[in-house]
Amino acid sequence: MNLTLKVWRQKNANSKGEFKTYHVKDISPDMSFLEMFDVLNEELLLKGEDPIAFDHDCREGICGMCSMYINGHPHGPGQTTTCQLHMRSFKDGDTIVVEPWRAKAFPVVKDLVVDRSAFDRIIQAGGYISVNTGNAPDANEIPIPKEVADAAFNAATCIGCGACVAACKNASAMLFVAAKVAQFAMLPQGQVERKKRVEQMVAQMDAEGFGACTNTGACAAECPKEISLANIAILNREYLAAKATSEYV
Amino acid sequence: MKLDSKIPEGPLAEKWSRHKFNLKLVNPANKRKYEVIVVGTGLAGASAAASLAELGYNVKAFCFQDSPRRAHSIAAQGGINAAKNYQNDGDSIYRLFYDTIKGGDYRAREANVYRLAEVSVNIIDQCVAQGVPFAREYGGLLANRSFGGAQVSRTFYARGQTGQQLLLGAYSAMSRQIAAGRVKMYPRTEMLDLVVHDGKARGIITRNLITGKIERHSAHAVLLCTGGYGNVFYLSTNAMGSNATAIWRAYKKGAFFGNPCFTQIHPTCIPVSGDHQSKLTLMSESLRNDGRVWVPKQAGDTRPPYEIPEEERDYFLERKYPSFGNLVPRDVASRNAKYVCDEGRGVGASKLAVYLDFADAIKRDGEAVIRAKYGNLFDMYEKITGENPYKTPMRIYPAVHYTMGGLWVDYNLMTTIPGLYALGEANFSDHGANRLGASALMQGLADGYFIIPYTLGDYLATIGWNDRISTDHPAFKEAEQAVKDQIGTLLSINGKKTVDQFHKELGKIMWDYCGMSRNAEGLKGAKQKIRELREEYWQNVRVGGSNEELNITLEKATRVADFLELGELMVDDALHREESCGGHFREEYQTPDGEALRNDEKFAYVAAWEYKGPNQPAALHKEDLIFENVKLTQRSYK
Repeated sequence: MNLTLKVWRQKNANSKGEFKTYHVKDISPDMSFLEMFDVLNEELLLKGEDPIAFDHDCREGICGMCSMYINGHPHGPGQTTTCQLHMRSFKDGDTIVVEPWRAKAFPVVKDLVVDRSAFDRIIQAGGYISVNTGNAPDANEIPIPKEVADAAFNAATCIGCGACVAACKNASAMLFVAAKVAQFAMLPQGQVERKKRVEQMVAQMDAEGFGACTNTGACAAECPKEISLANIAILNREYLAAKATSEYV
Repeated sequence: MKLDSKIPEGPLAEKWSRHKFNLKLVNPANKRKYEVIVVGTGLAGASAAASLAELGYNVKAFCFQDSPRRAHSIAAQGGINAAKNYQNDGDSIYRLFYDTIKGGDYRAREANVYRLAEVSVNIIDQCVAQGVPFAREYGGLLANRSFGGAQVSRTFYARGQTGQQLLLGAYSAMSRQIAAGRVKMYPRTEMLDLVVHDGKARGIITRNLITGKIERHSAHAVLLCTGGYGNVFYLSTNAMGSNATAIWRAYKKGAFFGNPCFTQIHPTCIPVSGDHQSKLTLMSESLRNDGRVWVPKQAGDTRPPYEIPEEERDYFLERKYPSFGNLVPRDVASRNAKYVCDEGRGVGASKLAVYLDFADAIKRDGEAVIRAKYGNLFDMYEKITGENPYKTPMRIYPAVHYTMGGLWVDYNLMTTIPGLYALGEANFSDHGANRLGASALMQGLADGYFIIPYTLGDYLATIGWNDRISTDHPAFKEAEQAVKDQIGTLLSINGKKTVDQFHKELGKIMWDYCGMSRNAEGLKGAKQKIRELREEYWQNVRVGGSNEELNITLEKATRVADFLELGELMVDDALHREESCGGHFREEYQTPDGEALRNDEKFAYVAAWEYKGPNQPAALHKEDLIFENVKLTQRSYK
C-alpha cells in the first residue's frame, strides 16, 4: 500500500504546530498503524530529519499509552486502540490525517504526545479504597453476587487512554471518572468512602479544566474498551446523592 | 566476595516467621527521617511504594511512562496463584511451594519459594479489599482456574486482564499516598545510573524524558522494580519501552547478576507476520485449559485446518504427556512446538506456528461459555490476525516472555550492594530455570506488599538516618558526568545505521543462538557476533536531535547500548551451564526422548556474575542450592 499522511508536528509545548505531509510506500496490510509510523520514523532519521514523537508502550491494547487522533476519530476507525489498528483498515492511496488528542486539560508535549497527568490527579483525589497493606480480611469473607462483580469489572477495564476526552466536543472526562466511581460504588468494599469519593473526584475533574457533559455519547461510541454510557448515569446519581447530604466539598 | 544468601535457620515452614521476629524495626516516629527511591511502578514497584509510604517512609517513585498505571504488569492476562485451597482440591502452601520448585527445575532457593507460597494467600485478601474485581461464582465467592504445571485450581483471575486489575489496585494505593504527600511521583523519568559511595547505594541519576534534564536523587535505599530484560531479543511480549538499563547499570556498579541465561519462551503467542513486526502478542496460557494444540501428521501438509480429518492430526502434547496434556509447563510446550515445526509440520504461511483449536470446547460447552472465559483474548487475536478463532483454530508460536534471571538478591531482596534492592522480575530469585504460569504477579506483589516492608526496615534501622550523602557529594557529580558523557558520545557519532537496526540484529543473534535451544558452538559464535555488533554500534549508530528535548531515538539508544553488553553476559552464562534445565536447553544435554537433562552434581547452584570492567570477562560466583525438603527428580509431566 502507498499512503499520504498529514501529521501534526509541534516542537514542544510552547511552539506553534502545523501539519506536515509525508508519503509512505510498500506498507503491508498486516502492519499495525504504529508499525507504519516506525517505518516512516526510520526513513526520517536516515534523512536527518526529526522523527515524529508519539506515545506507545505495550502495543497490545491494554496500557492505554497510545493516543493518535486519526481521520477525526480517537484511535482511528472502530473501537480499538491505535496500537491494535491495522493497515488493512485502510485502502491503497488513502490520505490519513493524524493529530494529537485535543483538549485544554491535555496540553501537547511534542508532536502527537500529550500530557494526561490530569487523569492521575483525578485518581489521587479519591479513586481508591483506603486499605493499608496488611489490613485485609479473608478474601471470601464478603460474597459479592457474580452479576455485581462482573458489572464492576466491566467498569474497571478502563485503560485511561483519554479517547473519551478526545472524542467529546466539550473535552469532558465524565466517562473516565464515571468508570472508576461506578466500579467502587457497586462493590461492598467501596461503600465507606462512597460519597466523599465522588465529590472529590468530580471537584478535581472540574479543576483540571475538562468540559461539561452534554450527553452526546461520543465518548462511549469511541471508547476502545467499550465502557458503557450507563456509567455516566451512575456517576450523576452518585454525585447528586452525595451532594444532597454533603459533609465535605 | 562470598555470597551470603542469609537464609534463616529453622524448619522451612517457620523460617519467615522467625526471620520477621529477628529483623530490626524502625520506630514509627523515625520512619519519616528516611528516604527511599523506588524505580519502576509495576506490580512490585507500585505495591512497594504504597506499602512503604503507608508505614511512614518518604518515597520517591520513578517511571519512564507518562503515568505509573502503564507499567507492563498491566498486560499480564491469565491470573495469579495463591494457596487458598478454596476449591477443596488438595492445594496447600506446601503444594504451591513444591510445584514452583519443581516447575523451576530445582534451580531456585527453597526458603524463598516457600515464603512466596506462604504470603500468596495474603495477596488475594489485600487485592480484594482494594476493590479488585476478581471473577466470582454465582454464590458470590471467588472463582479459580487451573494453569500449566499444576493439577489443582489455584489461579485467581479477572477475565483475561488480571494484571491490569491488580496493577490498578496497586496504582490506586500508591495514588492515595501521592495525594497524602508521602510518595513523590516522577513520571517520564528514566534512571540512567546508580550512585554508590563507601560500598552502599546512595541514590540515582535520572533523565527527564521531556526536557532532557539530568538530575540527582539521594536516598537511604534504592529499590529497583524495573522488570525483565526480554527485549534484548528485540521481539518479545514485553512493552516497547521495557529495558534493562537500571539493573545493568547497577550491575556495572557492583551488583551481581544471577542466572542471566534463564529466559522463558512462552508457548502461546501470535506468530510473526513480517519484517516490520515490532513486538509479539501473548495469548494467555489459560487458553490451554480448553484449546487443543495440534499440527498435521504429515510434513508439508498445506490443507486448511478444517480439511484435515481427525485421524490425520497430531495432538502432540496430549500424545507425549498424557497426564498433563495441553497443560504441561511453558518450557516443555514451547520446545515441543519448535520440534514439530523443525520437522516441517508447522502451519500457516511462515510454517512457524501450531494450531490451538477450540472446536471441541465450543462443541462441549457452547460458544457463550467460551466467550465468557476468553472473549477479550479471542477479540485481540481477531484484531491482529483478521481471523475469527471461534470458527478457525488459532495459530500460535513461542515467543520470549519473561526472564527468570536478574540481579542476585539475598533472602531480604538485597543485592550485593548494601542498600540496593531488586524486586519482582528484576531479581533472579523465585522461579529457578522456568516460571510457572500465574506466578509472576504473585511474586511481584509478594515482594512489594509483604516482604520489602519488613526487610528494608532492618537495613534502615542498622545504618541510621544520618548515613546518607547529599547530592553535592563527588560520587553524585561523577555519576552524573558519566551519564552526560555517554549521551554526548551517542549524539556525536552520527553514523549510518539506526538504533532499531542494531537492536533487530542483536535480537536475531540472541534468538538464533541463545533462544529455545542452545549449543556450545552456536554460543561461541554468538559471543563474537555480539562483540562485533557492539563495536560497530559505537562507530556507526545514528541518533539525531539533542539531549535537551523529548528525543525518542536517544531514549532507545541508551537502552540498546546496555542490551549489547547484557546479551554477551547471557551467552557466557548459557555457555558455562553445561546442562539443560527449565528454559535453558543445551542440545548436548538431553535424555534419549529429548527432555532436559539436568546435572545436579555440578550445576545445582545460582550463577552470580560480577562485573570486572569494559570488555573484561565477568567473574563467576556460585551460590550452592541446598535442598533439605524436596527430592531432586527428573521433571516428568507424562
